[in-house]
Amino acid sequence: MKRIGVFICHCGINIKDTVDVERLTQELEDYPGVAYIENYMFMCSDPGQNTIKNAIREHKLDGIVVAACSPTLHESTFQTVLKESNLNEFQLEIANIREQCSWVHNDIEQGTHKARLIIKTAIEKLKLNESLYPVSAPVTKKALVIGGGISGIQAALDIADGGYQVVMVEKKPSIGGHMIQLSETFPTLDCSQCILTPKMVALSKHKNIKLYVNSELESIDGYVGNFNVKIKQKALYVDPAKCNLCDDCTEVCPVLVPNEQEEGLGWRKAIYIPFPQAIPATYTLDVENCLGLEPIACGKCREKCTAEAINYDAKETIIEEEIGAVIVATGFDLYPVENIPEYGYGKYPDVITSLQFERILSATGPTGGEIYRPSDGKVPKEIVFVQCSGSRDPEHHLSYCSKICCMYTLKHAKLYKHKIHNGQPYIFYIDIRAGGKRYEEFVQQAVSEEGIVYIRGKVAKIYKNGDKMIVMGMDTLSGKKIEVEADLVVLAMGIVPSEGSHDLVKTMKINTDDKGFLSEAHPKLRPVESLQAGFYLAGTSQGPRDIPDSVSQASGAASKALILLSSDKIYHSPIIAWVDEDLCSGCTICVGTCPYGARELNQVSKVVEVNEILCEGCGACISACPSGAAQQKNLTDNQIDNMIKIIASGK
Amino acid sequence: MKDFEPKIVCFLCKWCTYSGADLAGTSRMKYPPNGVIIKTLCSSRVDPQHVLLALSEGCDGVFIGGCHPGDCHYQSGNYKTKRRVILLKKVLEQLGLNSSRLRLEWISASEGKKFANTMKEFTDHIKKLGPIPKIDCT
Repeated sequence: MKRIGVFICHCGINIKDTVDVERLTQELEDYPGVAYIENYMFMCSDPGQNTIKNAIREHKLDGIVVAACSPTLHESTFQTVLKESNLNEFQLEIANIREQCSWVHNDIEQGTHKARLIIKTAIEKLKLNESLYPVSAPVTKKALVIGGGISGIQAALDIADGGYQVVMVEKKPSIGGHMIQLSETFPTLDCSQCILTPKMVALSKHKNIKLYVNSELESIDGYVGNFNVKIKQKALYVDPAKCNLCDDCTEVCPVLVPNEQEEGLGWRKAIYIPFPQAIPATYTLDVENCLGLEPIACGKCREKCTAEAINYDAKETIIEEEIGAVIVATGFDLYPVENIPEYGYGKYPDVITSLQFERILSATGPTGGEIYRPSDGKVPKEIVFVQCSGSRDPEHHLSYCSKICCMYTLKHAKLYKHKIHNGQPYIFYIDIRAGGKRYEEFVQQAVSEEGIVYIRGKVAKIYKNGDKMIVMGMDTLSGKKIEVEADLVVLAMGIVPSEGSHDLVKTMKINTDDKGFLSEAHPKLRPVESLQAGFYLAGTSQGPRDIPDSVSQASGAASKALILLSSDKIYHSPIIAWVDEDLCSGCTICVGTCPYGARELNQVSKVVEVNEILCEGCGACISACPSGAAQQKNLTDNQIDNMIKIIASGK
Repeated sequence: MKDFEPKIVCFLCKWCTYSGADLAGTSRMKYPPNGVIIKTLCSSRVDPQHVLLALSEGCDGVFIGGCHPGDCHYQSGNYKTKRRVILLKKVLEQLGLNSSRLRLEWISASEGKKFANTMKEFTDHIKKLGPIPKIDCT
């Protein structure tokens, strides 16, 4: 029989106050299997760990129960103690008598009784624990980055600079994301394109980066370190290798389409380059709007193209890649402005979104950076910005703060004042949140020097009166209704996960929170990792954040991916399923229950086999097995039954 | 006579409900001490035979805690558990047991309060039902 050592921690007074550790030590001394038992004030401390090590040596222990805090805290600490004492780490069981006992009960009698049961179940489980060794697998030293915004670009560059291959997948015809649409960036007011385009060029020229635009993730199989990825790339009607960017095709194209890059404020043709600095620098044929595909109704661009770069018969392709780590940088979209009909967006051309105003302010935008209002091209003399449009409104819209709107709205107001000196900006706000580095100074300077009028309150309605837009709301400082006349109204829309990210998340089988943003493995200590091994999170896919935070998080995600890619092997938990060949009847009920395809019927032996690398150890197959042939390592039916019997005995 | 103190086995999945139980602890939420936890990686590891064994060995109630629908760490384990529990409850009725002695709840890692409340409710409920009768399998 195993010689088990039991070590009961006081955790200062955290356990000792509700669990009589001395009494338990005496009572369990003679429990079958227990060769040694001791209690100590802090088992996790250095002297505590040494107590365990000494006892293992002196009493020839080959199994250890530590009755202490939750295994999430110190299981690995004590596993290391066992390893250092030449014991297999799977000969450790943690009896969780703090979080699940002493902290949730008041009465010392009750606490001691429950702790006794918890420790006994741990002893019973440990008696049948096998020594296990992690299953190892090689690592494919290549990363997949999904999304070509600033976060994806930064992560891709960091990994590629670290010496590993990167595959980037971007849905749109060019990388650059939302950042390339922005005018200038707070709080430094440097031009967004000026700081982003060099990175885009660096990415396109990097020898370690392969870029697929117009592409989406079709499927992903496998497991951490060894993913098989299928990427669907839309048909490339314009061959980037042949296209010489002469722009002749655009000139002859008869179709006009609202320009997505300009947030619908301008027009583009059905064959177009998204913006002059697009990467890859090539034209895209918009198949939904092109007349030339079927039947051949047009064909003007192909006739005109002297480089013979246009091929109407191009087909979409599926690209297969083997990948070790995945960075998810799928970005954000604005909260649908149609959800706030009282603001009149769509009805009044002079009510626009914050991203549209970015395009108006941008030197590459539809107005060349001059501020005119969309309806009649008039220079707006009074402009109203509405912060928290769709944000911080749990009853009607988004409950959360979109984090960047306070700062970009102020930036908008400043840039407006810099262009139109006699203009008057008004900002409706709930609070001003300026928590970043040099953000508060940015606010103070604007308030004291730029003449921006802040009105604390929420806008109820926006309507038109003659030439003017009337913004009606409540000034919550004076408690009075307020109406502001404006030539142009800019809605600072909240942020939601990007369109399509919902389906993508389903494809990747990674978790999101209730808002649809990707869930981190731990909100404080593992903010750039998904709970699903091998997936790392960057940028606004995880929650609203500004550019500096996105870039830092992307570099964080990249460094986590680099840790994985620089390992020669990854180790997989050996707590997995196995099959007793003598009991298996080959009924294959278990095969259907496995979500990972880890079970397969061996056609020769007619018993089911488990792929150790694919098995995640959920145990769904084990409880489905009618003959008890399927078992889980170190959580067998016998072990569970023995634990149940302890609890049923009540002693 | 001493008050009836039910014996309850709680099977909790590691990812959601076990973490939720830990959170109840770190938040110092108090609940009755009757439930003793067995940690599984997924609620779908719980074999109906474990539930039957617990009840036949003298446990008065069995609680299974898993991740919310759509949140299962193993994609669909909780749905399998749900189906098994529905069937198992019918078996319990046929054995002459009140099927509410078996309870399945979705409790996430952030729902410490829900875990504590559920433990309290379930313990009170089993107290009202009284000790488990001997199961007659003949």
